[in-house]
Amino acid sequence: MSPTAKSNGTAGAAAGSGAKPKLAIFGAASCGGCDIAIINIHEHIVDVANAFDIVLWPTVMDGKYSDIEAIADGEIAVTLVSGSMRTSETVHLARLLRRKSQIMVSFGSCASEGCIPGLANLSSRKQIIDTAFSTSSTDNPDNLRPVWECEVPEGVLHLPEFEPVLRTLDQVVDVDYTIPGCPPESNQIWAALEAVVKALNGTGPLPPKGSVLGAGDSTVCDECARKRDVKKIDQFVRIQQVAGFDPEICLLEQGLPCNGPATRSGCGALCPAVSAPCIGCYGAAEGVVDYGARLMSAYASVVQAIKPEEIDKVLDGIPDPVGQFYRFSLAGSLLHSSRSAWQGDGE
Amino acid sequence: MSVEAPVAPAPAAGAAPATTFEPVIIGFTCNWCSYRAADLAGTARTKYPPNVRLIRLMCSGRLDPTFVLKAFSEGADAVLVSGCHPGECHYIEQNYKALRRFKLLQRTIEALGIEPQRLQLVWASAAEGVRLANEIARVTEEVRAIGPLDWPAGDVIDIDGVNLEAAWEATGGDAGGPPETADCVDPEPAAEAAR
Repeated sequence: MSPTAKSNGTAGAAAGSGAKPKLAIFGAASCGGCDIAIINIHEHIVDVANAFDIVLWPTVMDGKYSDIEAIADGEIAVTLVSGSMRTSETVHLARLLRRKSQIMVSFGSCASEGCIPGLANLSSRKQIIDTAFSTSSTDNPDNLRPVWECEVPEGVLHLPEFEPVLRTLDQVVDVDYTIPGCPPESNQIWAALEAVVKALNGTGPLPPKGSVLGAGDSTVCDECARKRDVKKIDQFVRIQQVAGFDPEICLLEQGLPCNGPATRSGCGALCPAVSAPCIGCYGAAEGVVDYGARLMSAYASVVQAIKPEEIDKVLDGIPDPVGQFYRFSLAGSLLHSSRSAWQGDGE
Repeated sequence: MSVEAPVAPAPAAGAAPATTFEPVIIGFTCNWCSYRAADLAGTARTKYPPNVRLIRLMCSGRLDPTFVLKAFSEGADAVLVSGCHPGECHYIEQNYKALRRFKLLQRTIEALGIEPQRLQLVWASAAEGVRLANEIARVTEEVRAIGPLDWPAGDVIDIDGVNLEAAWEATGGDAGGPPETADCVDPEPAAEAAR
């Protein structure tokens, strides 16, 4: 595997060599919100620019992939990759940056667990492309489709290939740290970057490999101010079905499917504070192997019904179980995609 | 140790061709009822298919849905969950919790394209060794009829994309691959060439 920061010493050496350590920020398949969140650290962005020589950040500055190829292996101190592995281009860049970097950070939900783009793993490649190119909202009278290789009089053109399933960054390359969130909260981003900057300056230790940075190690429920007591519900409701929710009581106990019990803390429980259920953007809490499994377990525990038909009636209140339990984490879950995605049998 | 090594039914000579698909079934049993039912089946020399690998839990309520998903993701063709009859739980009501988890799981795996019959729930008291053996046989035959699950690993795409592509093509592909190159030729240069 590519060189990774084994200790404080390795990373410190790069800082001590005179030039500033190099930083790369790359957005793979993502919405760009992670880049905005980084810029949202406000004046600290100047500290980042002071601490690092930014070699790649396509969102804010010009840069060529060939410049990255020219850099020696392991010369980039830190690389933040946001976005998931959707095309052969993103996979190529992830591997290239891994080779060039000492520390590879999976930045945000897309890179770490697939996020919303990961829900494409419910459909086959054909279904996705058909939807994108031939639905009523698309003006495509000739029913054209993208091709990965195309011969034109001037030569052969190539497009990055659209992979059959979307993968997370750590399913493609070795990852050192993870910063969760969709997007990560800006104060948390700065806290994580500060820790790395300190380590590079030799004034602090590098966190152990595999650490989750910029987040808590408990659940959103732990940060949530709402009260939990009865833990019994007899139906699931949708937010628009109820005129107002009690501002003091746990939303799940009021029947609103809230993902707090399985979700990592670190956001400050912002959503439940304003009566919006947690949707799970901070990913799985510490020790959770499969986010959806933990959530199914939690929901099954609060439902009161005991007769099979009554249980079915309550569970009908969750019409889209994959969307509810794996909204942000399908690609990174144990089953990672639907059968039609990996088998391609969906039409 | 009847459960660890169930008495395998000796295949009748020539009855089972070598190509018969033998499903791998992970069975989660409750310490107080279904595990003892399996034990009873063993003591009574009641035969059931060796396809099921029984794992003892203290209660069906201990069944974390993660166990089920992990079994599927690591090669199990089916999962059998077994516990005390409703109202007879050693821990008062935890088997109801298991029932609710089972129902939620079945909805979720179905949405992911896994046949719901691959996850089954069977109630069996400690006295129902024969019933449990029959149910195991039934589930085994049902899963045998559906065929293998073979769920791929999340990083199944090899480092150069070779493995996944191969696996994907092997399943017949989805006809969503690269269309004919000719489709993409821009009509304008072609028209120009004709001129």
